[in-house]
Amino acid sequence: MTSFLAAAIIAATPLLFATLGELIAEKSGSLNLGVEGMMLMGAVIGFSAAYHTGNPVLALLGAFAAGALGALIFAVVTVTLQGNQVVTGLTLTIFGTGFSSFVGDKMIGQSVPKTVQSFFAKIDIPLLGDIPVIGPIFFRQDVFVYLGYLMVILFSIYLFKTRPGLNVRAVGENTAAADASGINITFYKYAHIIFGGGLCGLGGAYLAIVYVPMWQADVVNGRGWIAVALVIFAAWNPTKAFLGSFLFGALSILGMRMQSVNINISQYLLDIVQYVVMIVIVIISTHKNRKEDLPPGNLSESYFREDR
Amino acid sequence: MSAEAAIRMQNITKSFGSVIANDHIDFAVQPGEIHALLGENGAGKSTLMNMLSGIYRPDSGSIFINGEEVHFSAPRDAIKKGIGMIHQHFKLVDIMTARDNIILGQKSSFFTRETGLNKKISEISDRYGLDVNPQKKVYQMSVGEKQTLEIIKVLYRGAHILIMDEPTAVLTPQEIGKLFRIIRSLKEQGCAVIIITHKLGEVMEISDRITVLRKGRSIGTVNTADAEIPSLIEMMVGRKVDLKIKREALSAEQKKELLRLDAVTVIDKDGKAALDDVSFSLNTAEILGVAGVAGSGQKELCETIAGLQIAEKGRIFFNEENILGKSPREIIKLGIRMGFIPEDRLGMGLVASMDIIHNIILKEYQSQKGIVLHRKSSIEKAGQIVERLDIQTPGLTTSVGKLSGGNIQKVLLGREIDSNPKVLITAYPVRGLDIGASYKIYDLLNEQKRSGVGVIFIGEDLDVLLELCDRILVLTGGKITGIVDAPKVSKEEIGFLMTGGMRSGGVSS
Repeated sequence: MTSFLAAAIIAATPLLFATLGELIAEKSGSLNLGVEGMMLMGAVIGFSAAYHTGNPVLALLGAFAAGALGALIFAVVTVTLQGNQVVTGLTLTIFGTGFSSFVGDKMIGQSVPKTVQSFFAKIDIPLLGDIPVIGPIFFRQDVFVYLGYLMVILFSIYLFKTRPGLNVRAVGENTAAADASGINITFYKYAHIIFGGGLCGLGGAYLAIVYVPMWQADVVNGRGWIAVALVIFAAWNPTKAFLGSFLFGALSILGMRMQSVNINISQYLLDIVQYVVMIVIVIISTHKNRKEDLPPGNLSESYFREDR
Repeated sequence: MSAEAAIRMQNITKSFGSVIANDHIDFAVQPGEIHALLGENGAGKSTLMNMLSGIYRPDSGSIFINGEEVHFSAPRDAIKKGIGMIHQHFKLVDIMTARDNIILGQKSSFFTRETGLNKKISEISDRYGLDVNPQKKVYQMSVGEKQTLEIIKVLYRGAHILIMDEPTAVLTPQEIGKLFRIIRSLKEQGCAVIIITHKLGEVMEISDRITVLRKGRSIGTVNTADAEIPSLIEMMVGRKVDLKIKREALSAEQKKELLRLDAVTVIDKDGKAALDDVSFSLNTAEILGVAGVAGSGQKELCETIAGLQIAEKGRIFFNEENILGKSPREIIKLGIRMGFIPEDRLGMGLVASMDIIHNIILKEYQSQKGIVLHRKSSIEKAGQIVERLDIQTPGLTTSVGKLSGGNIQKVLLGREIDSNPKVLITAYPVRGLDIGASYKIYDLLNEQKRSGVGVIFIGEDLDVLLELCDRILVLTGGKITGIVDAPKVSKEEIGFLMTGGMRSGGVSS
């Protein structure tokens, strides 16, 4: 059971990064449906950097930059040019898919160099790693997983305890009010969309470099869409995003685990179950009554100050 | 007078597409002055002030703050110069606390948990006599509290020039009194206050000077002490207007009960009672006014009678027949018509992209035979309505959305009246109309009353309700707090009922 939950954490990590990335963009009022695309861009650039240079830090930076670049396209179209967010996001997903196929075509079947693999080897955290049950599940993981934990904590502090966090929440809730309060709307939107895109890129890279560690086409395989739904599940709260990622990480590896103990359920069937659970959760969370759990008020709306 | 005006706007021009909203306007305000900006809807008041607060940029002209020329490209530039605007539709983040709204967008420490903050907020509150609980969420606040919060918010940003856009529109008379005390104390502290309004009584009460705008031009600035209401109206409208609203007293035998609501309760989607045990009756040949702060259940009342909302409990009798549960179409056939003018005017009742003829067919087609529309009779009817109500339109085939607000409302009301209704429900029919058009609407309603129609008039302006209506029903939070005879009641009494006070001596019928 412990090993199953530890594996679930690994499966959850790419989801967590993508969910946090989408969450922060949505907090600024931008519904970016290009998560899948940005993850694929991050995955292929991250893998490519790791494959060609053998440098894990370069791989991470490249993955972040690739996701951020995808998000930058989205920001230019939706913030500056006031394009429709849904259409732009969907287009970004298609673009990212094509981009990764094109760039990754020659690398199919190649593995990640040893230097990179060893960088992402499991590290025991002293003391915390020795706690029974919790230690093996949460604190005998790789650097990337720890980075994810750190992100959840930093996100919570940033959003709810700092002024920029307060400002970005205002931008997403009521853009006109934020503007009238003297907040630079364009800057906030760009910054959060781009940073969010970078996190999506990292989530994709984790799949290609650590989770699989070999390049295969469509390595993201729908996780971007799960992340979009997880943001709703999490009610735009980083801590709940972690719980949601953990739950769906567990669901996604359930089939394989059951096979290993000779319960034969098709993984395809379980993949379907994942999405059914998702839909049910989304329906339930749509009927929440607390105002604080509702989506940001101006989510997916363009803002033009002189609108009358 | 001090050498430098707090604000001087010179030769300001601003146009939206082909519409010139501000045409070479000059405007100046001194420190420590309460300056009223008066004008009808569409005169360009808000446009002018939005340029002062950095929301719009002028096409040409210059703005000076304390003698220094400024160019604002965003609201934050105006805030830096000490200008604070309190918008008509409050710019507050609903789900945040008062405190978070106050510190929003302010540069200071990185973390929001700053100890000096609460002290600074209470300092401002004490100085100007403002009272808001910093921990309260905005969505739990009353309109008056929200406005107070907006004022604290701009003062916190160091504003010494405050612009208030229609600050009294949503307040009860009592809240207005409180607001005026705040405005006077701001003045004593040396702030310049600009009030945008079209309510003359308030202008005379609070302001030092008045600038009148009309159709995008500045007509002139006068000292309030020297001004008189009739001359101000003439400046606003451009001609003399008779301000008497006729109310014909009809003899008792003409009155009989037409519509009766019996303990009607409507639950809204948040699970709260939007209408709570509402009972009243409407007679023939009567205008029954409905007063109340916005959102007190007016919309639900209209929609429930018209069959658009489902009541949880109660009965509605029309000529002794219970109509609750009938479909909107059946109710229309009985002769109950509704004209609801929402804030955006086009939200309910008309299709903006269709022309006048087709908007009339929308209601008429049900009485036509066959599946093909008979345009001819509708064209005739449209022509009649346009002529009768003096609707300004390039033609019958002009899409309704292109007409001015007043003319849109005349189309809507004209269509409902044309069907010879027995009950006419009209909500905010003069919302956003200029004085001339408003009086045209009052005349129309009086005409309906004379012909025996029972009219429910949901209004905003208490003065108008008192002059026009026979009886006034006061709604507070979905409950009826009183039904009073309009000729025998004062504005203050209605204000008292609006704040939830019950009328002593019981509810008169």
